[in-house]
Amino acid sequence: MTPGEFAAHLGEQYSEHKFSLDELNEECVLLPLEIVPQCFEFLRDDDATQMDYFDFSTCVDRPPDRLDLVYSMYSTVHKHRAQFKVILDRHNAAVPSVSHLWENANWNEREIYDLYGVFFPGHKDLRRLMMPDDWEGHPLRKDYAHPNLVVRPD
Amino acid sequence: MGPQHPSTHGVLRMVLKMDGERVVDCDPVVGYLHRSIEKMAENRTFTQVIPVTDRLDYCTSMTSNYVYVLAVEKLADLTPPPRAEYIRVIMTELNRIASHLLWYGTFCLEIGATTPFLYSFRDREKVLDLFESACGARLLYNYIRIGGVSQDINQKFLDRMIEFLDYWEPIIPEYEQLLDENPIFYNRTVGVGTVPLAMCRNYGVSGPNVRAAGVAEDVRRDDPFAVYKELEFDIPVEKESDVFARYRVRMRELRESARILRQCYEKIPTGAFGLPLNYRFKVPPGETYVHIESPRGDIGCYLASSGGDMPWRCKFRTPSFVHIQLFKKLLEGVLIPDIMAICASFDIVLPETDR
Repeated sequence: MTPGEFAAHLGEQYSEHKFSLDELNEECVLLPLEIVPQCFEFLRDDDATQMDYFDFSTCVDRPPDRLDLVYSMYSTVHKHRAQFKVILDRHNAAVPSVSHLWENANWNEREIYDLYGVFFPGHKDLRRLMMPDDWEGHPLRKDYAHPNLVVRPD
Repeated sequence: MGPQHPSTHGVLRMVLKMDGERVVDCDPVVGYLHRSIEKMAENRTFTQVIPVTDRLDYCTSMTSNYVYVLAVEKLADLTPPPRAEYIRVIMTELNRIASHLLWYGTFCLEIGATTPFLYSFRDREKVLDLFESACGARLLYNYIRIGGVSQDINQKFLDRMIEFLDYWEPIIPEYEQLLDENPIFYNRTVGVGTVPLAMCRNYGVSGPNVRAAGVAEDVRRDDPFAVYKELEFDIPVEKESDVFARYRVRMRELRESARILRQCYEKIPTGAFGLPLNYRFKVPPGETYVHIESPRGDIGCYLASSGGDMPWRCKFRTPSFVHIQLFKKLLEGVLIPDIMAICASFDIVLPETDR
């Protein structure tokens, strides 16, 4: 399945929502935030998609208001791969956890919570992963400031 | 256990809850080697990021260079000349040999066998000498560049490579003889740390570790990059998915790497070894993901550009990060000495986990 076919397939299942391809990444399908866990459960269990291999998830910070959350998935049965993107509000970023669907999402979500400050309601064990527990701020955000961090002059 | 434990190849801490000698609960704690590589990448030009990727995984710097460079090339729509593609494959496969030899030596050390370590490091030195002659560095190469490689290799290098393979291929059975029929090794590894295939899938296990569970999955075959389409090689598979099976898969992969290298020696074309590129060249805005097969598994790079000369976001999907998560489930109920054997068999490298 190509990413375009993924979008069409999801559109058939959830006809009240719109699924389109991301204009920045042609292999990426945009998902509506409201139905994120349902979509992924469908993608994992549906016979035509069977995305049983959770590759990774990560964020791309796009200030001032946008924070993109990217999921990459692969089907070891059908050998197809796609990325899925959810656009979040940068100031109040939260998306339901998918760690109950794939164990691999567990640490990926912890890492995103740590470095980007995105909350994952439903996650069993949302702690910082890379940084010390008492660290303040989320280092991979573009506006993160630290005395040791020198920005290269243009 | 840890963070300074000798068997963790870096700094991994495992919070263990014990009942006598048996593990009741295990919580791996990572982050001790977090050097903010992804943040650093956002503050450097595309070329300057390459030496940073070296530090992702010090055992296979070539693969980390390679995956990043492939991501930039895909986003900037560059095609390296064919000679460069072959040189990259040669370097990646040599690095796979060096990495597997390092794994073999340290794995044996961790289960208490000192001798194999000496043999494997003797031969790994020879691979590192080859790297040194090609790019001047033994461990952190900064060799694979955007559009090609940093310098060409000559016929003498290729001849030395074949000389090494002629010497080394007959030695692989010697490595195996040291362990295969050794009853102590057998008792320590067979049936220990078994990961069922369903669990592999759920956790996203890749590389030799999933091949030890009976599926022939390899990025070089499933999603071929560079010239792997033109090369013939087998994907070693074992069924048992225990520590012994993971050892067997890696030993057989050594032979396949040698096979690939010999084909590259025959097929490598002459011509340019790189594209002329401006030092601060700009990459059009967009996002992309590429992944390749590292000795540890599926390594990937998600790269976003905003149209400038620096990456906007550079995420590395590393196999060790995935494999360490498995320990929580896998170490339940095992004995303390088996923790070493199981952890070592997954070939985890902490710098690439923490980034």
